[in-house]
Amino acid sequence: MALRPYAAAKRTLSLADKLLEVNWGLVLLICMIGVAGIAMLYSVANAHFQPWALRQMGHFALGLIVLLAAAMIDIRVWMSLAYPAYGLALLLLVAVDVVGHVGLGAQRWISLGPLDLQPSELMKIGLVLALARFLHGKSTEEVSKPIPLAVGLAMIGIPAIFVVLQPNLGTTLIIVADGCSMLFLAGLSWWWIAPTLGAAAASVPLAWRFVLHDYQKARVETFLDPESDALGKGWNITQAKIAIGSGGVAGKGFTLGTQSRLNFLPEKQTDFIWTSFCEEFGFVGALALLVLFGVVIFYGVQTAMSARSQFGRLLAMGVTLNFFFYIMINGLMVMGLIPVVGIPMPLLSYGGSAMLTVMFGFGLLMSVHIHRQVEIPRSSGGII
Amino acid sequence: MPLFDKKDKSRYATFTRRSVGMGAGMTAVFAVLAGRLYQLQIRHGDEYMVEAEDNRVSERLIAPPRGRIMDRFGVELANSRRNYRVMLVSEQASEGVAQALDTIGKVIVLSDQQKKKIMHDIAMNKKFVPVPVAENLTWDEFSRVNLHLPYLPGVQCDVGETRDYPFAQELVHILGYVASVSPQDVAHDDDPLMSMPGMRIGKRGIEKAFDKEIRGRAGASRVEVNAYGRIIRELGKDAGEPGEEIYLTIDRQVQALADQKLGDESAALVVMDVNNGDIIALSSTPGFDPNWFNVGLRNSQWHDLTTSDHKPLLNKVTSGIYPPGSTFKTAVALAAIEAGIATPDYRVTCNGRITVGNHTFNCWAWMTYHHGHGALDVEGAIKNSCDVFFYETARRVGIDRIHDAARKLGLGAPTGIELPGEHSGLMPSSEWKQRTYKQAWQAGDTLSVGIGQGYVTATPLQLVQQAARLASGKAVSPRLVHSVGGKVVPRPEATKLDFTDDALARVRSGMNKVMNEGGGTAYNWRITEPGFEMAGKTGTAQVRAYSQEEHVRGITKNSALDWKLRDHALFIGYAPVQDPKYAIVSIIEHGSTQAHPHVASARDVLLLCQQRDPSRMPAAYPSTNSASAAPPKVQGAAEPIPPQPIKAGG
Repeated sequence: MALRPYAAAKRTLSLADKLLEVNWGLVLLICMIGVAGIAMLYSVANAHFQPWALRQMGHFALGLIVLLAAAMIDIRVWMSLAYPAYGLALLLLVAVDVVGHVGLGAQRWISLGPLDLQPSELMKIGLVLALARFLHGKSTEEVSKPIPLAVGLAMIGIPAIFVVLQPNLGTTLIIVADGCSMLFLAGLSWWWIAPTLGAAAASVPLAWRFVLHDYQKARVETFLDPESDALGKGWNITQAKIAIGSGGVAGKGFTLGTQSRLNFLPEKQTDFIWTSFCEEFGFVGALALLVLFGVVIFYGVQTAMSARSQFGRLLAMGVTLNFFFYIMINGLMVMGLIPVVGIPMPLLSYGGSAMLTVMFGFGLLMSVHIHRQVEIPRSSGGII
Repeated sequence: MPLFDKKDKSRYATFTRRSVGMGAGMTAVFAVLAGRLYQLQIRHGDEYMVEAEDNRVSERLIAPPRGRIMDRFGVELANSRRNYRVMLVSEQASEGVAQALDTIGKVIVLSDQQKKKIMHDIAMNKKFVPVPVAENLTWDEFSRVNLHLPYLPGVQCDVGETRDYPFAQELVHILGYVASVSPQDVAHDDDPLMSMPGMRIGKRGIEKAFDKEIRGRAGASRVEVNAYGRIIRELGKDAGEPGEEIYLTIDRQVQALADQKLGDESAALVVMDVNNGDIIALSSTPGFDPNWFNVGLRNSQWHDLTTSDHKPLLNKVTSGIYPPGSTFKTAVALAAIEAGIATPDYRVTCNGRITVGNHTFNCWAWMTYHHGHGALDVEGAIKNSCDVFFYETARRVGIDRIHDAARKLGLGAPTGIELPGEHSGLMPSSEWKQRTYKQAWQAGDTLSVGIGQGYVTATPLQLVQQAARLASGKAVSPRLVHSVGGKVVPRPEATKLDFTDDALARVRSGMNKVMNEGGGTAYNWRITEPGFEMAGKTGTAQVRAYSQEEHVRGITKNSALDWKLRDHALFIGYAPVQDPKYAIVSIIEHGSTQAHPHVASARDVLLLCQQRDPSRMPAAYPSTNSASAAPPKVQGAAEPIPPQPIKAGG
């Protein structure tokens, strides 16, 4: 990676330096995906800006501001705010049990004025920040020691428990995947990893028996044999596959997707938005979108590896992985490869919380990129 | 502490290594996503395309309007009228179908039987298909339902089209009726219309015989539906073909008079054109109102129809089997003349009785007046309907020659009329008796047949055919349908009968004397208008064996007997005497009296029929006089009501 030493090498950067250093190519990519999402929301509303497309534009614009603002803030400031952010997110998460209202059978929201805030979304970023902060000072040996490992696992486990109790299996999976990936990247010993993977495989039947809710079991059962109940629980998967498949090579054309327009697709504006995209733009369009996602992730990984601080690296990689897990789970789900879990497609699906969280994540990634030359001592806790 | 130490470097290497590994993993996941896309969209894209279209497109049948049925002057005998219906869409009945029916039942009357049928219809159809709950409502009931519509979720009011028979029971045995499709009907007919809610098909008469033509071809509307089955828009429409219109040979005015004359009797009357076989009137009483079956018969109505001893459901013209009685003497006379037995000099002297073997046979004159007819020739015997003459003559001619003559006149075989369920009656022969009963034909059998009793039976339609053949000398057969869909039904020219002109002339002369010579059995009921005079033959068909006592003291007066035991009164005739045009038959079940007053009905009908002959009223078949196949259009006739779209909420 060719550095631009005139700015990046400085310990302190002016606002102008930082604006120059913003990876505008990545911002452009994100905008392209965001616009594709807004276009799809317009389409699935039968070519109307109401009720989703217009509001999603607002979400996206707000998200862009959040992204740039987060990018401008010094990485060391974020380091200082890591634990408070985690604490705040955890507090909100607990609060949803108290003041959250019921939506789709699960308590997940807190109403904040016009925005329905989903603390579980914030929690992901909070966890990534806090873990990066915690692991920043730990050598590979230290990470593998029981006490730091226990602390790290607790940082993952406590929010995971609250989210799974909501119940929100999809987000729990992402939180656990994010956290464990960061422990792995921080150098956790294979002596821990291998037996854990083995135990996890063994515990699947136990989880089936004691942990999963009935509706979650139903989703898994339906997934294993969707045609057994094509008009009931298998409806979502069956119709999503029909929508994607019927798109063919070139798609049915913008606003011409029959499956979504005629309501054969469930939750077409949120979890199944990508299905509509595949239906209307076909294999060519869907592949193009996957490439855009891939390039964004590539930027993220590259940013992580170019950062000089361990906090920056872990933060960048954590945010990138979080983005990736969204795409992976949603993509596999709507194409019938894993059971249906409620996970939106990032930047495409309608929803303020998810949009702002993802954009905030990109802001942190951008901050890491801008401050990639900033070195942070292992003992440092930030600059506040 | 230094900014970079060895540990820092080592974990940087670990981080990079593991990040690259995860990058590879992410790439693999993306490859899986892309591969799955390829599988769904490219490999199986066509199959999913078909499934998406199946989802989206639904075919809705459009019922074609049923073809009208007209008489020879274009009077509508069966047409369509507005049908005020209440439909229920089960998926919209928020409180359940049973509750919805209960609620509707508070506004209009719904029997438990109807509710059961509705529940069945709903179970047989998709949730979003409107199923008829009540049809043919009065305007009052219909407005009441409309008024309550806000409290009836899932209920729709609409105006459809239903079959109507403006003349009610008058033509029921010609037209038949339409009624709901039964499961057996569906099994024998794969027309998609058969499974349409509210569909009616012809169950009897012309409606049944020409059901395929009158029904038309179902149209279809290809509509786009959403996931809940609601119609979003119409993609294409095939209007189908309306049912073809049928012109009958019937003259409704003559039919009305015939129906009125028969009144409440259990009776049949048919008028037929002797030259081409056109049926001018065909009445079988009592009838019933065919509209009942369309609307839905009440149990009590069905009970009355099936238990009445007057058999209103039976078309007595085609399916009633009667001994032809003395009307058969015309056939015996014809056979005798043809056989060279009844020459102009041939006489039989009637002393009132005749003995053959151990049996003594009485002439009706003996039974009634205790004297005979004296010496009679063939014409005189027909005029007086002398039994002894025909006992003796039949004995001499023999059953097989009588059989041959009767078969030429059309007895013993179906006439081939377009109505379903025709019976063929029975014209016995010695060979027939041997085959059926394994017994030899007896002389006594011939004597019974000689006066139209014993084994011989016929339907009224066969008798009018016989009268027409006697009158015209041609092998005419009755027909009811003049044209279907503007195309005239072709009809072979009737061939000349294999009888000598002299034989036919002498029988006709006898039939003339019956009516127009003093002392003839129907002289009192002759037509006196010049040029309209009729010829005929009366008949009495015995339905019970007379007792020995009656043979001695004379038979009991019919009026003193139970209705079921009285003799049938028959009459066949034709008019005018010169150059005959119309033949007639009338049969009054258990209606015999000595003076044959029922002939008066036949006389009046035959007179009206002649007065309305096309030579005087040339307006018959307004649309089909030319050979063109243009759709019939009747001046002043009501336009068929176009099908109304189903509107939610009325």
